[in-house]
Amino acid sequence: MNPVLPFLEIEASSAPRVEVRFDGAPLLLPLGANLAAALLAAGIERFRNTPVSGAPRAPFCMMGACFDCLVEIDGVQRQACMIEVAEGLQITRPGSPEVRHVAS
Amino acid sequence: MSHRDLVIVGAGPAGMAAATEAANAGLSVTLLDEQPRAGGQIYRDVDHVPDHRAALLGPDYTAGRDLTVALRSSPVEHVTGAVVWSIEPGFCLSYSRDGRGAQLTADRVLLATGALERPMPLPGWTLPGVMTAGAGQILLKQSGVLARSAVLVGAGPLLYLIAVQMLRAGQPPLALVETQTGRNRRAALRHLGGALRGWPYMAKGLRMLAELKRGGVPRYIGAQDIRIEGDTRAEVLCFSHRGRIRRLACETVFLHHGVVPNTQAARALGVAHHWSTQQQCFVPTLDYWGRSDVPGVFVAGDGAGIGGAKAAALSGRLAALAIACDAARLTPDERDQRARPLRSARAREQAPRPFLDTAYPPCAQALSPRDETLVCRCEEVTAGTVRAHARAGCLGPNQTKAFGRVGMGPCQGRYCGLTVTALLAEATGQTPDQTGYYRIRPPLKPVTLGELASLKTPPATGEN
Ligand SMILES: Cc1cc2nc3c(=O)[nH]c(=O)nc-3n(C[C@H](O)[C@H](O)[C@H](O)COP(=O)(O)OP(=O)(O)OC[C@H]3O[C@@H](n4cnc5c(N)ncnc54)[C@H](O)[C@@H]3O)c2cc1C
Ligand code: FES
Repeated sequence: MNPVLPFLEIEASSAPRVEVRFDGAPLLLPLGANLAAALLAAGIERFRNTPVSGAPRAPFCMMGACFDCLVEIDGVQRQACMIEVAEGLQITRPGSPEVRHVAS
Repeated sequence: MSHRDLVIVGAGPAGMAAATEAANAGLSVTLLDEQPRAGGQIYRDVDHVPDHRAALLGPDYTAGRDLTVALRSSPVEHVTGAVVWSIEPGFCLSYSRDGRGAQLTADRVLLATGALERPMPLPGWTLPGVMTAGAGQILLKQSGVLARSAVLVGAGPLLYLIAVQMLRAGQPPLALVETQTGRNRRAALRHLGGALRGWPYMAKGLRMLAELKRGGVPRYIGAQDIRIEGDTRAEVLCFSHRGRIRRLACETVFLHHGVVPNTQAARALGVAHHWSTQQQCFVPTLDYWGRSDVPGVFVAGDGAGIGGAKAAALSGRLAALAIACDAARLTPDERDQRARPLRSARAREQAPRPFLDTAYPPCAQALSPRDETLVCRCEEVTAGTVRAHARAGCLGPNQTKAFGRVGMGPCQGRYCGLTVTALLAEATGQTPDQTGYYRIRPPLKPVTLGELASLKTPPATGEN
């Protein structure tokens, strides 16, 4: 595994770390942090695959406008850049590279 | 359902300043913003950042605390985490908060919803690892998260600001790949008078460039044919510079070629818009108070036309004075007297804009992308497809829906609308005003059934 991730945290967060699951894998993220930022800092590069072509996507705007950071939490698709880390979040990637539907 | 004299959407500098001014004039005011804390884009989380990060972001950032402090000590009701998705005439606002719907009514509405990054469709711009430069800045401000190996691509002062902040944080960008040319700079010289009236901004710009030079950050000016390559994520930024092809290996690409008004809410309310040739975007049609052609609807801040944070706060206060006067809380004389210094301060703030808009025009390649470039990120529609729609007789963005799915995804055209207008205008030979823009219908953001179910009177939503 490559220990050098694309994003780094410039200061040690004082917030306690809590466990969330991303596609089943446990991650320890700072409580109350922006979820998209925390996932990027934890090395998550692909947040979802598009419903049209299955292309990988990750946060683009970080301000709730582009919808590329969509993840599924408790069965609802939500913008990761608009929510905060809470203990026990069960996060999955919407779409999968295998599923491709043709736009009608 | 509670009722207010004034509801303001957006707690950036414009919304915060307007709310405080209006409440101090005696109006009952509610301020709604989808972010968890006040500040908007420029002052994101300004009350929340650790000292070390605040120092790195500099005094232009921490200056936002004057506005947040004034807001907190005013009687304004600030509802955080409130995503406004419908504003019906009259006015009834519907919003979601913590997974539940809520509504309130108001005599008047002020839209202070700010700006969006100008769409920058380049080959590869949808790959993970490609973000807007503003997104890079939000990561830094809100979360203290910084890209390790990033290239900044595009044009404009915000690009320099971000580069300097990254440098100060100890992770300078690998390079600045800039799309403006020497010819743009020469053309801008005819606006030098205005630039000199806005001298503090010019001085700041020159200081930033000097700091980048000392920091050894390479600048490629006049870059063309830009492409981001990578299989499942951004790996290489490829471009041509002075006749040579360059390839920079990187993990993150930050794109920026200016910001444009976020007009979604104003359009949904039926506010008239027109094309601004200077700013190369649509702006709502307003008088100098920010009053639109829809009675009771005002717009202030970058959503009314790009002017920067200080001009945004001033225009927020001006709108608040006009609203207070309309609501008979101020006489016209009191309004005009208080407005006078604000109006001249705003004119000073706006003075450097023509220089900046000419020196740093939008990237030509992204205004008219090649056929294979994706323009609609949501539905993955290419520029070539939109051009084919035009050849098949499509004249305007609203007709594209009869031809395909461009603009029909969840972002509602926020990152393709201007491109689609430009492509159709180019193909039909019409002006952007004749071509028009997407019709925006509520909900402005997707709403869940649970959020709708928790409302007593569900608002009308447009069927798309
Ligand atoms: C990503 C980004 C970063 C920027 N960074 C800088 C910078 O560092 N320096 C600089 O000089 N300029 C920056 N700008 C330009 C900047 O937008 C303005 O100068 C300034 O922030 C404008 O203030 P405003 O009050 O008009 O809008 P904003 O500060 O953008 O505030 C608008 C607010 O409206 C809220 N909002 C929008 N729609 C809704 C809705 N439907 N429901 C609820 N709330 C909503 C948003 O959450 C936001 O808080 C940036 C722009 C962007 C897009
Ligand atoms: S990153 Fe754009 S909506 Fe979250």
